[in-house]
Amino acid sequence: MSLLEFFYGNRAEIWTLTLEHCWLVGFSMLLAVAIGVPLGILITRRASLNKPILGGANVIQTIPSLALFGFLMPLPWLGARADRLAIAALTGYALLPVIRNTYTGIMGVDPAVREAARGVGLTDWQLLWHVELPLALGVILAGIRVATVITVGVATIAAAIGSGGLGEFIFRGLAMVDNRVILAGAIPAAVMALLADFLLGWAGRHLVPSAES
Amino acid sequence: MIEFRNVCYSPDGKSGVLSNLNLSVAAGETLVLLGRSGCGKTTTLKMINRLIDPTEGEVLVEGRSVLDWDPIRLRRGIGYVIQEVGLLPHLTIERNIGLLPRLEGWPPERTRQRVEELLRMVALDPATFRRRYPRELSGGQRQRVGVARALAADPPILLMDEPFGALDPLTRAEIQKEFLALQQRLRKTIVFVTHDIHEALTVGTRIALLEAGQLVGTYSRAEFLNSTDPTVNAYLSVLHAAGPAACAESNTAGTKGSGS
Repeated sequence: MSLLEFFYGNRAEIWTLTLEHCWLVGFSMLLAVAIGVPLGILITRRASLNKPILGGANVIQTIPSLALFGFLMPLPWLGARADRLAIAALTGYALLPVIRNTYTGIMGVDPAVREAARGVGLTDWQLLWHVELPLALGVILAGIRVATVITVGVATIAAAIGSGGLGEFIFRGLAMVDNRVILAGAIPAAVMALLADFLLGWAGRHLVPSAES
Repeated sequence: MIEFRNVCYSPDGKSGVLSNLNLSVAAGETLVLLGRSGCGKTTTLKMINRLIDPTEGEVLVEGRSVLDWDPIRLRRGIGYVIQEVGLLPHLTIERNIGLLPRLEGWPPERTRQRVEELLRMVALDPATFRRRYPRELSGGQRQRVGVARALAADPPILLMDEPFGALDPLTRAEIQKEFLALQQRLRKTIVFVTHDIHEALTVGTRIALLEAGQLVGTYSRAEFLNSTDPTVNAYLSVLHAAGPAACAESNTAGTKGSGS
């Protein structure tokens, strides 16, 4: 049976696992953005929190992913379900690029622009919303883009703890020593990573207000 | 209108950037803060719109200490123009100028009319410039937009921090002239920071001379030209050395000349 025939024969499962994978990645990224962007903003306001927060996110990233899944397993609520656990771990991995780029993006705003905006009488929130976030958007999106591509890859390992996704094929293929099965997981994952990269790159070019001056 | 009472500023607690400053600015006048780089002029200016708070003493705007003002309300009643202009690079000229009116909740039509009026006021054609971005403008045009933005909500007070310092001499002379004509009509209370003696004499109705965080004195134009104070004379000697051609060519006069 050729690779194509194998793919065709198993299209239903490939599709299911791809959707599962999408869900794992999508949900983790939503959480990572929802947590990471505010944290990134926070450390532009409170310099004392800069080191602990960036350091913490850094430490999470240095833990080998398989080990991180293992560490989280005994936790009460998280460990109860594999997908919960996988999403928590994936979110943790995605945090660093999101936090760091939010921080870098906002700190990169021209101080003259910030000062003028404050002088005009913008409140802190207006400054953030009308000036800092729009000007930092390109850098923040770049961080989300990197984080998403990493997460698509790391999410395949989550199958080791039974959370589903395209990693299922990869682990199964490894056990069966069947490259076609491995590729049934690896190819859709690669396509997904490329697609995410392309879409977020496109968003970066089209949604970011023309800020390059 | 604006008053400094025994104002000191020493950010690190020892070396004072400003010491014991007493100064008042009357309604409708253009007070120039003249001095070399680092003498505390910009610090003085920023105390008026509370970008900096004094360590000692108090600053009063319209008879009330700035500390009693809501800082946002205070700043919205004070136009602010800086050398780097500080236009928001992601917004069109129209939205830059209309920023404060929009935040203040003006109806869109009124904001639009105000923006057009202001663009004409600073000699920029609304049809040409409204939809452009700051990076598409020349330095002089950007600076005009900066002035228009500061005037947007028609504030009684205008703070200008070396607003024309980055412009080439010819453009600067043009804009200074326009600025004077504009001020004749609008009669704002203006505090204008410069290190350029020529600019000080051109735009100012009164000159406050600062040196190393101390106020040397305040002078009308005539008083300044006839003063015997050594610091004033240092500036005047620059002016005389430059001769009649100084009109358009005194960019570095304030900084270079004070040693002579």
